Amino acid sequence: MIISVASGKGGTGKTTVATALAQSMSTDVCLADCDVEEPNARFLLHPEISREENVFVKKPLLDEEKCTGCRQCVDVCQFNAISFIDNKPVFFDYLCHSCGGCILKCPENAISEKEVLIGKITFGKKENINFIEGSLNVGQAMSPPLIKEVIKQAKKYKDVIIDAPPGSSCPMVEAVSAGEHCFLVTEPTPFGLHDLQVAVEVLRTLKKSFSVIINRSDICDGKLKDFCKSENIPVAMEIPFSRKIAEGYSKGISMVAVEPNYKIKFKEIIERIKLCSK
Amino acid sequence: MKICISSEGNNLDSNVDARFGRCKFFIFADTDNMKIDAVENPNTEAMGGVGIKSAQLAVDVGAKAIVTGNVGPNAFEVLSKAGVKVFTNAQGKTVKEAIGDYKNSKLTEKTQ
Repeated sequence: MIISVASGKGGTGKTTVATALAQSMSTDVCLADCDVEEPNARFLLHPEISREENVFVKKPLLDEEKCTGCRQCVDVCQFNAISFIDNKPVFFDYLCHSCGGCILKCPENAISEKEVLIGKITFGKKENINFIEGSLNVGQAMSPPLIKEVIKQAKKYKDVIIDAPPGSSCPMVEAVSAGEHCFLVTEPTPFGLHDLQVAVEVLRTLKKSFSVIINRSDICDGKLKDFCKSENIPVAMEIPFSRKIAEGYSKGISMVAVEPNYKIKFKEIIERIKLCSK
Repeated sequence: MKICISSEGNNLDSNVDARFGRCKFFIFADTDNMKIDAVENPNTEAMGGVGIKSAQLAVDVGAKAIVTGNVGPNAFEVLSKAGVKVFTNAQGKTVKEAIGDYKNSKLTEKTQ
């Protein structure tokens, strides 16, 4: 089963929860770090790294000899990534979504593809956990193609935990789309609640099954729980604030290593979700 | 010579729009005979690549210079590649004043 861990708000404990979920499973599992702009699950997992793979995306390349300046490529581009100057198209690679529309449209076959390096995927292992991490190169504007590639690699395993990027736009959508269930990790603050509401809207639009994990659940007021109740959103787990967990985190020690009793709780919620999805 | 001014409205008394890509109107003015043509910007609601699209519009109409508040890097790249000069910091003026300032070389050209 593929389970994603997302949040909306950053810093609520996605990576903490995703790593703990993977560590709580007794069978083979893949932990896929899809927070490719700042991947950091490895600092809690400490996997042994075995190999790296470069990831490329395809961008259009013009053969100026063949181009007759018909402008059809400019008009077909939905991302406004092609301008037309001196009767020739000019491609803006960082706006290009690699859809290939211009290549298909060109009647002269004047556009081919070039490969552009956008980042890498790192593979590693720690006990029963197969670790896969995407890492986007600095200066790259689009992470979804890399996230897609990480998930493709992760899908080779039966059970996958996806550590999604924060937010609720394209990268988050890409990461949670592959999952059968999504845990939304949040905190009971106005910021946590607001961003959770946005994330809930996204998951409902995607028609994904999801539940909430409340981190630092005992700080602040009850507005978050009221929201979950009124919206019929199941709260899968509450993690009260623990200085011990926070201190462990600050040293890169996972929460289930600090508080092993959480292993049972995480295992339970995974089993429950597996049962529900059957 | 045709120049293009980013404008909040469709006439000479409108204010210059500080934004280029998402301005409300493009006012094309022929500096020789002061013939004016206002074009509503079709790109104000577009998701991305707006600078490119708007710069393209100005290039296609045949503007040789842009007068605006500021342009983004994408629009600037298209305009420079097409040999269109870009004059910025014209916000706070009316279109008419901006055209006057352009004619009297009172505007600063953006070169990079």
